[in-house]
Amino acid sequence: MGVDLIFRIAAIGILVAVLNQLLIRSGREEQAMMTTLAGLIVVLLMVVKEIAVLFDTVKTIFKLE
Amino acid sequence: MQIVQIIGIGLVSTVIILILRKQKPEIAVQVSIVTGVVIFLLLASKLSSVVELLQSYGDRADIKPVYFNTVLKITGIAYIAEFGAEICNDAGESAIASKIELAGKVIIVVMAVPIITSLLDLVLKVMPQ
Repeated sequence: MGVDLIFRIAAIGILVAVLNQLLIRSGREEQAMMTTLAGLIVVLLMVVKEIAVLFDTVKTIFKLE
Repeated sequence: MQIVQIIGIGLVSTVIILILRKQKPEIAVQVSIVTGVVIFLLLASKLSSVVELLQSYGDRADIKPVYFNTVLKITGIAYIAEFGAEICNDAGESAIASKIELAGKVIIVVMAVPIITSLLDLVLKVMPQ
């Protein structure tokens, strides 16, 4: 499950980069900005969940309450 | 051979991060966070068995569980603080990274207070009046 996530985030990053370039070339800077922001938020939501899992695991292993 | 798997994950994600860093550095940072988390989660079960082993020997040697748990907690806090600080450092925010490390050190000292006080009590008891 873990390695999937790395590839998924990488794919989102590449997709957002390409969309960004396309939108900037066609003169829609605002939409390019919005695409970047949306991609960032989607990835952040995925990463936050994983960080929560990491913290829970560390807490249970090292008995941090 | 789990080490091969982990090295593979590390190398692949390094290449991915290098590709993404030029275009979108913010997503490259997230890939590096997820890689760290994934590698730790692969190791988590082994780590917990090591901790259990240490704990069983601690019980057999009659070490007070308070002391053992404190050492364990300090290890955990040190690991998490290091993880966060490294991510910040990678993203170029070394100021925030050093603040995280400072916070980790302060919290560790606070947690070590019972051990320090018992050590000092012992020293005072041994010292001739």
